[in-house]
Amino acid sequence: MSKIKKITGQPLFLPIFCMLLVMAVNIFYDLGSGRFAFNFFTVSIRNGVLYGRLIDILNRGSEIAILAIGMTLVVSASAGTDISVGSVMSLTASLCCMLLAGYGVASTNTLAVPLIVGVLAGILLACVCGAFNGFLVAYLNVQPMVATLILFSAARAIGLLLCNNLIVYVRNDAFKFFGGYLGFIPTPIVIAAICIAVVSLVLKRTALGMYIQSVGINKDASRIAGLNSEKIIFLCYIVCGLMAGIAGIVASSRISSADSNNIGLNYELDAILAVALGGNSLGGGKFNLAGSIIGAYTIQAITTTLFALGVSSDQAPVYKAIIVIIIVAIQAPPFNAWVKRLSAKKALAKGGA
Amino acid sequence: MKNKKISSNTILLFITIALFVVMYAAGCIVYSAKGFSHLQTFLNILINNAGLLCVACGMTCVMLTGGIDISVGSLIAMDCMLLSVGMERWHMNAIALCVLVLVIGIVFGLVQGFCIGYLEIQPFIVTMAGMFFGRGMTAVICTDQVSISSNKLFVALANMKIPLPFGAYTSRRGIVQVPYIRISVVIALVVLVVIFLMLRYTKFGRNLYAVGGNETSATMMGLNVKKTKLKAYVLSSFLCSIGGICYCLNTMSGSVQQAKGLEMNAISSAVIGGTLLTGGVGNVIGSFFGVLINGTISTLVKTNGKLLSSWSNIAVAALLCFFIVLQSIFAKIKNSKN
Repeated sequence: MSKIKKITGQPLFLPIFCMLLVMAVNIFYDLGSGRFAFNFFTVSIRNGVLYGRLIDILNRGSEIAILAIGMTLVVSASAGTDISVGSVMSLTASLCCMLLAGYGVASTNTLAVPLIVGVLAGILLACVCGAFNGFLVAYLNVQPMVATLILFSAARAIGLLLCNNLIVYVRNDAFKFFGGYLGFIPTPIVIAAICIAVVSLVLKRTALGMYIQSVGINKDASRIAGLNSEKIIFLCYIVCGLMAGIAGIVASSRISSADSNNIGLNYELDAILAVALGGNSLGGGKFNLAGSIIGAYTIQAITTTLFALGVSSDQAPVYKAIIVIIIVAIQAPPFNAWVKRLSAKKALAKGGA
Repeated sequence: MKNKKISSNTILLFITIALFVVMYAAGCIVYSAKGFSHLQTFLNILINNAGLLCVACGMTCVMLTGGIDISVGSLIAMDCMLLSVGMERWHMNAIALCVLVLVIGIVFGLVQGFCIGYLEIQPFIVTMAGMFFGRGMTAVICTDQVSISSNKLFVALANMKIPLPFGAYTSRRGIVQVPYIRISVVIALVVLVVIFLMLRYTKFGRNLYAVGGNETSATMMGLNVKKTKLKAYVLSSFLCSIGGICYCLNTMSGSVQQAKGLEMNAISSAVIGGTLLTGGVGNVIGSFFGVLINGTISTLVKTNGKLLSSWSNIAVAALLCFFIVLQSIFAKIKNSKN
């Protein structure tokens, strides 16, 4: 009994357990449909690039993993989630593609401005969005989710305005690179790895990670202890915006267009789900970046599995919503208290007998 | 004493009403050639936003407890889809379907309210899951766009015009136009009055204010905070289902993308109407004006004809932002006074 508790008490238990569960489902599915049992895990090289379902998950999950980094920091520092990330992704893609193609142009093969200008402008705009959210939350004390609700609805609309209600296609190999391949590895995997490495290095090497947790646990006490709580929360939102921007560029490059209505759709749910699945409390405070990232890839594994099982992309949110509720309910304090009472009763009954 | 009575909340409500009047007057002056100043334009705002009004009433009740409900848009989409698929594909009775929709609303609210009240999960997370669940379920029911045309009772209800005894005018072609409202407006206004009376005169209404004002002291006073919250979310989802029926009476169709972003409009209506996001302060009359402002913005954008429809989204978001900032400034002033 105590051994089980030791394992379930590990911080990474929940995400890894879910990952194993998803893999098991995949193995059974492959067995059931008469394929090789470890079809899920086979990685091969086709046409000079890596190929396989695992690679696909790593590739497609990059955006969620990148978003999950920013979301983890925001959740930790402000005890609230940033629900504007999906819309900010779409806004970034719109601005980037609009600059690259020129205003009002629906499709282009040549770039109107250098690639780097478009990409940087998009990411900069995402940072500005993050700063806007951060300002409302940190300095005006607005509840995080309400503050980000403004951009949740406005960012997509602004993106549509920028693109003049068109889907802007940028059919250019240089732009396609971000969603394409670097040698034989898909570029999004590399970008996600770089983001993860940079952020975790900064958090490890500086005291920033500690500061963020401290602000999340008690904002006022941290301020009295000499931390600039507002500034730290503000910073977290800017990082979240930055990550949304990078994810937006990757997502847009993948389809080499800016589809304002569909880029980043429902990604906020995935990112929040990744954070919750990673064993982080949505009430703020301590965080575990590794957990969030494993969580993000687990989500993608779930999505891919759902698609493999024949669930349409419109219907997938149903299952994800149920998973969110179950995970969050398991973490809820009243539920834990109830479980404890139940086990205490059992122990009492055993002792009595 | 008298000075104290005109609190910041009353000021917010006055700002809202003034804003509506100014906006509408400006619309009348700029677009008078397009018939903006006729009474029917105003009534059309009511007709188009009857569903939103019901939802905003429920949203106000939830926000009074300090919570929020962002599942409303998807719930409306689900209701509309169920109504249209039920009538067109399954050939069910319109009344039975309406009752079914209301029951689904109550069950939806019960689950959300249980998670929020008894499991103490953040309202936003729960209702966001509800939002995706609702949208996904809409797709599960049907992924096509289904329009209602065969159910005689429902079509008759939707086309029913209730003429008003006043405000008739003669159009340019010399035909007397009698201003009219539709059945959905009547439903919405009844909901508005009932919720207004409930908040003001019933025990449950006062409990909502108490829970939102200060949860700890409400508990100490002996109020059942968990139960009150549960009831608030059930009420919200129930009113949302009524709103869904009104919405369906207007659009006469169901599709997966329907009512997208409606939660945003409902929240902004409540906030613009002076309901505090922190809970404890608010009024459905304010929300009513919030809905009218929302409707006026979209009507202005539509009347202009040249602007993209996303402008109305941006304008509503900007207004919401403005009022949120205003609220937090008032809160800061209040804190510094204390």
